[in-house]
Amino acid sequence: MEALMSIEDLKKYYPVLSGVFKKKVAEVKAVDKVSFDIYKGECFGVVGESGCGKTTLGKTIIRLLNPDGGHVFYKTPRELVEGIKYLKREDPKSRALKHLLKKYDLAYLTGARLKRFRRFMQIVYQDPTTSLDPRMLLKDIVAEPLVAQGLARGSQVIERVTGALEKVGLSEKHLYRYPHEFSGGQRQRIAVARAIVSNPEFIVLDEPTSSVDVSVRAQLLNLFQDLQKDLGLTYMFISHDLSVVECISNRVAVMYLGKVVERAETEGLYKNPLHPYTQALFASIPVPDPTRRRIRAPLSGEVPSPVNPPSGCRFHPRCPIAMELCRREEPPLLDVGREHYVACFAVTK
Amino acid sequence: MEKQGSEENLIQIKDLYLNFYTYDGVVKALDGVTLNLKKGEILGVVGETGCGKSVTSLSTLSIVVPPGRIEKGEIEFNIKGKTYDLLSFKDATMRRVRGQYISMIFQEPRSALNPVYTVGDQIAEVFFHHRREEIINAAIAQLKKDLEKSSRLKSWIRKYELSLYGKMLKNPKALSLTLALKIPIVKRFQNRMKKEARELVIEMLKLLNIPDPARVVDMYPHELSGGMAQRAVIAMALSCNPLMLIADEPTTNLDVTVQAQILLLIKELQKKFGSSILYVTHDLGVVAEICDTVAVMYAGNVVETADVIGLFKKPLHPYTQALLESIPRPGERFVSISGTVPSLISPPTGCRFNDRCRYTLEMCPNVKPQLVEAEKDHFVACHLYNEGK
Amino acid sequence: MSSKGKLENFKKRMQPTIKETKFVLKRIRDSPLSIAGIMIVLYNLIIALFAPVLAPPKLYDAYLIPRDPSLGYTYIPNPPSLGHLFGTTSLQVDLYYGCIWGTRFAFKLGVEVIAVTLLIGLVLGMLAGYYGGLIGELIMRFTDVILAFPGLILAMAFVAALSRVPGWTTINAVMLSIILIGWPGYTRLVRGEVLRVKTEDYVEAAKASGASDARVMLRHILPNSIYSVIIVASLDFGGIVLTAAALSFLGLGSPPGYADWGRLIYDAIPFAATGTQYWWTYTFPGIFIVLFVLGWNLLGDALRDVLDPLYRRK
Repeated sequence: MEALMSIEDLKKYYPVLSGVFKKKVAEVKAVDKVSFDIYKGECFGVVGESGCGKTTLGKTIIRLLNPDGGHVFYKTPRELVEGIKYLKREDPKSRALKHLLKKYDLAYLTGARLKRFRRFMQIVYQDPTTSLDPRMLLKDIVAEPLVAQGLARGSQVIERVTGALEKVGLSEKHLYRYPHEFSGGQRQRIAVARAIVSNPEFIVLDEPTSSVDVSVRAQLLNLFQDLQKDLGLTYMFISHDLSVVECISNRVAVMYLGKVVERAETEGLYKNPLHPYTQALFASIPVPDPTRRRIRAPLSGEVPSPVNPPSGCRFHPRCPIAMELCRREEPPLLDVGREHYVACFAVTK
Repeated sequence: MEKQGSEENLIQIKDLYLNFYTYDGVVKALDGVTLNLKKGEILGVVGETGCGKSVTSLSTLSIVVPPGRIEKGEIEFNIKGKTYDLLSFKDATMRRVRGQYISMIFQEPRSALNPVYTVGDQIAEVFFHHRREEIINAAIAQLKKDLEKSSRLKSWIRKYELSLYGKMLKNPKALSLTLALKIPIVKRFQNRMKKEARELVIEMLKLLNIPDPARVVDMYPHELSGGMAQRAVIAMALSCNPLMLIADEPTTNLDVTVQAQILLLIKELQKKFGSSILYVTHDLGVVAEICDTVAVMYAGNVVETADVIGLFKKPLHPYTQALLESIPRPGERFVSISGTVPSLISPPTGCRFNDRCRYTLEMCPNVKPQLVEAEKDHFVACHLYNEGK
Repeated sequence: MSSKGKLENFKKRMQPTIKETKFVLKRIRDSPLSIAGIMIVLYNLIIALFAPVLAPPKLYDAYLIPRDPSLGYTYIPNPPSLGHLFGTTSLQVDLYYGCIWGTRFAFKLGVEVIAVTLLIGLVLGMLAGYYGGLIGELIMRFTDVILAFPGLILAMAFVAALSRVPGWTTINAVMLSIILIGWPGYTRLVRGEVLRVKTEDYVEAAKASGASDARVMLRHILPNSIYSVIIVASLDFGGIVLTAAALSFLGLGSPPGYADWGRLIYDAIPFAATGTQYWWTYTFPGIFIVLFVLGWNLLGDALRDVLDPLYRRK
């Protein structure tokens, strides 16, 4: 399987400024050294609760936010990624390294080159009401990627826009309307049309079904799957709704406070969650079957603030099986068999 | 619909019609809603956006804001053997009901809390409003104890305070009291009262498993996390031990793990206090976890009512069936309900679910179905189940 | 595309705008004060447009009030009569002509000043709000400096200084001064709105679509931040004319014989002191000023009432 994206040690920190001179007193480590591959044509799910950094991760990968460290390798063969990592260790200042990074690393792009890459990577936001400009006609909203990057002109624009709208189940008679004339589900489709009009390869879906009704959710999810097949798209599906992620993703990563704590194929993860946080997460989901009631609150307390994360393993204060080691050291993400990665000393030792 | 014995029911909403008068037209939001909440049970009201579940709960407390107006219907409230129609209550009476007999918690806890007052102050406000005598009497009792062991000067001050508190109880409009409340140093006599209230608040917070309640009491809402803020709101709602609690999607905005905590908490408190809860939600999982009875709403009507196990095992109404089918299952294609919710400004005659239903009969577009008891304690509003009659 | 197709497209394009306009008209119809405001402003507009018809100009500059040779240059004003509907003020300046052309002058002044102030405010406010950082700070501190001074006093200082520039008339000085004291307010307002709109999802989505900064600012942020500015501008229209009148009243505005309400009142000062004997010298210009400012204030209120639900409906 060829990796479309290889994310290596990606970091996104936000400074906390204080005082009259706005000095940096602390950092919010929103995304803290995250690494994984996304394969071409797959749907990669990222789950976690608020503050875990999944949205920040998605936006940083497609360069809506600028990373503070790490790499996002695009269409780079595995050997080359390893080679780059080797070079970084041995000879970080070499010009060969710089050259390679410029060619393959999305995190390195700036200016006009970055703008040219935008057509390949798009995003669909959670709330369709705020992600569409209320003062623009539909046709202009969907045409924006084409016009802003000069990908099409004149009648070609209308053609491509109509094509995109038809793919999402709308039609050309909707071209001259404003977003507020549509329902939530339709607005989300408009956002999807905007995302696919530039023929991208990779789309970040940031909780795309959280703001719509249950009955509309299924329509949207079917749409995502159909589009993936028709257009050969690769998705990163961010959500806090574990049951939806289970149904649509090929592989899933679980995040907690800026780090990936577990990553595996969907079936393996849901059948056999290994990390205590993942287990607690799955146990907390209310099951729509009253005969299997088991109201437990397996996890007490709340997610700590990302400004001051706990030492060592970030989950240790709430972990039922925390050991002394967990307080001192951060557990690495290791493969415990069949591509099931866990970051937990209790599991990997 | 067969009516149940009214002694069992705490709240009976009968045939409620509600309209919103907007620029675009008259939105017929509620079209004859009928619901029963039995004493001591948790009734779940499920439906999607726009079905009218929130508006129904707001009507129970008569806090529907114009351009909404209740057109027809009754909301019967049974306490102490007597039955009252909540919709006929005047504003002043309703204010005594709210908080004391019926409380409500909302979806976004931080917007239910006033950002410029501490959490403690806000919960205490509810205490002051409904349990005033209790607090004053506690203050008086404390005063009397202090009186015994104080010096001459202090006892004179304390006797004066005692008289003021006594006036508060018996003659709140007395001139000497109003004056005392305004003079800067004298009005500090209220501190005793506030201290008593604060103790009550701390106890309440402990009940809700809030860690370190003595510190949380002085915190502002924005300093609390979502889960804590929601607990504070629940504290406010339960502080006067109401007979009924209305919960309007209280866990929708919370993380899954926090939601589990709050659901467990609600269940425990309900057992402890014996309150009846009207739980509004769109999440079928939550319904399955904590509700005893479920009412499914669609486009302003109640389409099915049953006990929770019966509803999930054998859903009768096509809409309920479709809802349960649309729950995502791994390995299968997602099932959605075709079509969209009809416009409530010009709603279809007859059954409002007709154009999305897979079983339509000849009379469905013309005649609106009423709730009938298709099986024991299982009511449906669908012509499929009228056939026999 | 055929021309018929283009017409169809145009009609389709206008559909939503037509709906919005209908909504706006209904809201206006529902509010009597809005109608009053619009009526007054329209009335003033008609007078301004038809000034050459209502009071034909006779001198090289239409704004200079012609004198009746039969009355000469006497100091004492003459009461209203057939030849001079509103009477004359000192030096036999015809009040009727002055008031009519004063309306036109008020519009000219208002439009020019608002246009320039808005332009400056939009550009600087947008830059300060969108980029922030050093540019933003510099612009904001600059506005702080100007706002620290009381407006009218500063305007007086500007007029006094600028009238000394060779080739500049006092009118130009007045206009420039009002612009100079007005732009900081608009800049701050625009910046505030830009800061609010900047964080919306659709702005970020535009960036994800590859939009350049200029495109984001012009296509997305500007249309969404302009509502409050328009409302303030319409309320300000009356205020600007009032400021100009105040400057003229203090003797710093229009030259003698100019068709400017403020100037006419300035001319009436000595006569006002004597009581109501020469009532026509100050009453007529006064009424015109009051009506003008009132009309624009009501219109501004009406705009706010109308645009606000429009805003919220979206």
